[in-house]
Amino acid sequence: MHAPVPLHIPDGFLNLVVSVVCWVITIITLGLAVSKTNKSLGEKQIPLMGVMAAFIFAAQMINFPVAGGTSGHLLGGVLASVVLGPWAGMLVMTAVIALQALLFQDGGLLVMGANILNMGLVTAAIGYGLYRSVSGSSKVVKLGVIGVAAWLSVMAGALFTSLQLWLSGTSQLQVVIPAMMGVHALIGIGEALITVFAIAFIMQTRPDLLGEGSESAKGGKGWILTGGLVALLVVLISPLASGDPDGLERVAIDMGFIDAGLDAPYAIIPDYTLPFLGETAISTILAGVVGIVVVGLVAVLIGRGMKAKS
Amino acid sequence: MHFDAFDRYHDKESFIHRLDPRVKTVVTIVFILSNALLPDGAWLAFGAAWLFLLAANWLSQLGLGYTLKRSLIALPFALIAITVLFSIPGKPLTTFPFLFWDFTITDAGLLRFVSILIRSWLSVQIAILLVAVTRFPDLIHALEHLRVPLALTTIIAFLYRYLFVLTDEVFRLLRARESRSAAVTGLRSGRGVMWRAKVAGNMAGQLFLRSYERSDRIYNAMIARGYAGYLYTLNPHEMKSQDYFATAFAVTVIFIMQVLGRF
Repeated sequence: MHAPVPLHIPDGFLNLVVSVVCWVITIITLGLAVSKTNKSLGEKQIPLMGVMAAFIFAAQMINFPVAGGTSGHLLGGVLASVVLGPWAGMLVMTAVIALQALLFQDGGLLVMGANILNMGLVTAAIGYGLYRSVSGSSKVVKLGVIGVAAWLSVMAGALFTSLQLWLSGTSQLQVVIPAMMGVHALIGIGEALITVFAIAFIMQTRPDLLGEGSESAKGGKGWILTGGLVALLVVLISPLASGDPDGLERVAIDMGFIDAGLDAPYAIIPDYTLPFLGETAISTILAGVVGIVVVGLVAVLIGRGMKAKS
Repeated sequence: MHFDAFDRYHDKESFIHRLDPRVKTVVTIVFILSNALLPDGAWLAFGAAWLFLLAANWLSQLGLGYTLKRSLIALPFALIAITVLFSIPGKPLTTFPFLFWDFTITDAGLLRFVSILIRSWLSVQIAILLVAVTRFPDLIHALEHLRVPLALTTIIAFLYRYLFVLTDEVFRLLRARESRSAAVTGLRSGRGVMWRAKVAGNMAGQLFLRSYERSDRIYNAMIARGYAGYLYTLNPHEMKSQDYFATAFAVTVIFIMQVLGRF
């Protein structure tokens, strides 16, 4: 029923620090998306986006046989951002990923921020940014760029997932990057083909939906820069990561990422000390404070329970 | 397709079912958070977390093994963590040759691998339980109470509402393709991969147009019935005293697990 794509990270595979950092990035971006869509679109857009989210979910079931029992699938990030505009596309993809996690446990809850970032935000930014950069060009150029963007968006999702797994101490960089990127280079071709043919079909039958004045044409020029930068990042990091994983590892160590990534799961309040402060008196006191906060919270809840009518 | 084809809710009369959806959502998230915080090899705490799950299963009248049955869903992902078996330095346990290399499993690597799997397995189970004991619309309202933006919760509510409608539409499209794909044994049927991809792409485009046009009709119908940007519920969603007590109890138990995990 679902596209069997190993991008939905389950809970337990990312550590707390990586999960929280991804949530922060996701929440800030989604906050922007909500305020932008509230401003530029009427209330009519909300039901539209809901049905479009159901469309993406359903469209992920469309497949075509490739060879040897494998099949091509659609993920839909680029398709959504091109036809609905970038912010709406992000919200739609977020809704799909949230529903997959909540209802089907396809992807975890604590790591949902990372999943939304990898499959919803990055894909929409690349897709719309590259599409917007050729807005004046011919149909053939547009479709070509959409195809490249769709392929790159899957690669970006795979790259981000790999990096998060590595920073969490779950996978080794020199294994996870080539494995994920290799598999997704193929999956990306399926994504690119379906996306291009779907948009070609829409251009042919309902050109008004993609033309001047449509939601799809309203995204600002800033998207070209954002999408271009993310795409460039993928193109630059992928060969570096697979060709010279030690180099990337060194950079991460120099920047302190590795320590943050590896120590965190074991070391928040180990032996009643907080890790980032070392084993000092202050640290012990702070660990005590955390305990007191929890006890206080429980007391408040019980107090509220006494007061609330049964 | 029946309207509740995707529903994971199990209608039972139980203490857990009656709890406010906010309580269930928050406890689920705290439990998963707690799993992420437990150190590798905190067997006592992992065991306590599992007992917590069993108790929740039992209290929900779903049977002790309910979440266990569906919990293997995240297992394929374990493949991605397999490298930690060999990569973390420690005492070598066993070495086996594979292709051109010798792989050595270390005790530290095994400890990390098993801990990752257990954390994931526990977290998946509580998430399964959450949707089994909470109606999905109630869950969405809980998210709304927990300050998730209205735009997002409304989109998710619509997605849930039209999921089966558009899935039906996809099945119609797939059936139509199937019924036009006659093949004679011995003869090559259809054309190359590009052609097949084009058919699939056209189907996706067709599905988009049908959904888009349907959303217009839906919106007009909603306006006709007085929609003003908010979806109402008859469920009052009021926190009662047992809701507060249950949260306090669950948070205490999870905190004790954290303490257990440090010994």
